[in-house]
Amino acid sequence: MTEAATPQVSRTIDARGSFCPGPLMELIRGIKESEVGDVLSVLSTDKGSKTDIPKWIGKAGHNLIGVFTRDGYDEIIVEKVR
Amino acid sequence: MQHVVVLGGGVGGTLTANLTARKLKSRIAKGEAKVTVVDATGQHAYQPGYMYIAMGQERADKLVRPEKSLLDGNVALVVDGIERIDTAAQTVALASGATLHYDQLVIATGSRIVPEELANFDGEAHHFYTAEAAAKLRVALDSFTGGKIVIGIAGIPYKCPPAPLEVAFLVESELRERGLRDTTEMTFLSPINRAFTIESVSEMATPILGEKGIRLELLAGVGEIDAERHVVITDAFEEHPYDLLICVPPHRGAQVVVDSGLAPKSGWLPTDRHTLQVKTVAKPGPGVADADVPRYANVYALGDATDLPLSKAGSTAHFEAPVVAERVAAAVLGRQPGGKHASYEGKVMCFFEVGDGKGTLLQFDYEHPPTPPKPNRIWHLGKIVFNKTYWHTVPKGRV
Repeated sequence: MTEAATPQVSRTIDARGSFCPGPLMELIRGIKESEVGDVLSVLSTDKGSKTDIPKWIGKAGHNLIGVFTRDGYDEIIVEKVR
Repeated sequence: MQHVVVLGGGVGGTLTANLTARKLKSRIAKGEAKVTVVDATGQHAYQPGYMYIAMGQERADKLVRPEKSLLDGNVALVVDGIERIDTAAQTVALASGATLHYDQLVIATGSRIVPEELANFDGEAHHFYTAEAAAKLRVALDSFTGGKIVIGIAGIPYKCPPAPLEVAFLVESELRERGLRDTTEMTFLSPINRAFTIESVSEMATPILGEKGIRLELLAGVGEIDAERHVVITDAFEEHPYDLLICVPPHRGAQVVVDSGLAPKSGWLPTDRHTLQVKTVAKPGPGVADADVPRYANVYALGDATDLPLSKAGSTAHFEAPVVAERVAAAVLGRQPGGKHASYEGKVMCFFEVGDGKGTLLQFDYEHPPTPPKPNRIWHLGKIVFNKTYWHTVPKGRV
């Protein structure tokens, strides 16, 4: 998905500075607290996040909208679908 | 009179108080300084021993001693609950209604399990994070005659990260000895994308799981427990039926640090990774570097209580305590912290059981991940000796 087509983010989880598995754990917590249809953005400086988080999203059956490299961190955007 | 108040009589609090009292010995003798430990129970529990109760190798009464017996003669002990910390007034309000004023505060309030945060945990899951729970797990293992054992983790961080893997290995060995292994299916649910948070330890442990025939499921944090069907449902909605469920309960920091506005809801205190001073905010705002977040000049945290990306283990507190003691004593004495304990570099060292009377050693710091040696009998015996001699060594600062 292109950046322009990214849906509006309902909640941003700023996990920058948190080490593996912090960002993944914070996303799982955030997803549990969200409603189906919500779009969550995770900001992470941990290098493992851009592989581990999409794997978990795939396993959990949520919708990975995109993984974007930002200035010094990665942004992973996911839609809760179940 | 400079008053150093230490909250919590676990490994971190006890050792910090003892080391600080030694450094301030002459000031204490002159009545110019005082070190006080506040602890809710006045009893010091050696928590790593609980796992061995579950394995039938330890007794609960051997794992508790009066806190006073472990403290330096120059440390006062107040047995009382901690209700509120006021950093502006530099006071600690106690459950009895008393108030302590501090000049230097050390928060070593540890972590606590909150099984009530996961529905059906109490009725369905066994664990080994209290002596009572470990004894119940022992009874369950004794009556186990084969079936499905699931070992899982309901949230990170939790105390003693290697423990669930160790329990998996030890239970597997026991079942083999009892002739029950062929009729038992064992599954280890890891909440992350590998068997253990530290990559090198994961690389060591994963083949052992394979050799022992323990199925490893990744990205499988325990999300729900279906008590009617006896099924664990993971965060990723996968189902794992069990006959015996062993699960690490959710953990949080002490409620008092949340209530006092020092930590977020999780209870983990935002802590400087080198000075161990508590930060004034949990997360810097946009555009603010972590280094620019102000630290409380006279409030320190150590052990399980912090939000540092380290093992929540007595070992972490053990190696943090000399740093806190040095910095607190330096502040009281009006000098700069110095020597090898001026700054904490993330040192942690702990033993890791792999079953069959073998173990290995995890030793690491912020810059150097562990390189565990091949498991052997020496490290297993090392852990046993360490556990038995703990009372005479760690709390008293002899190792």
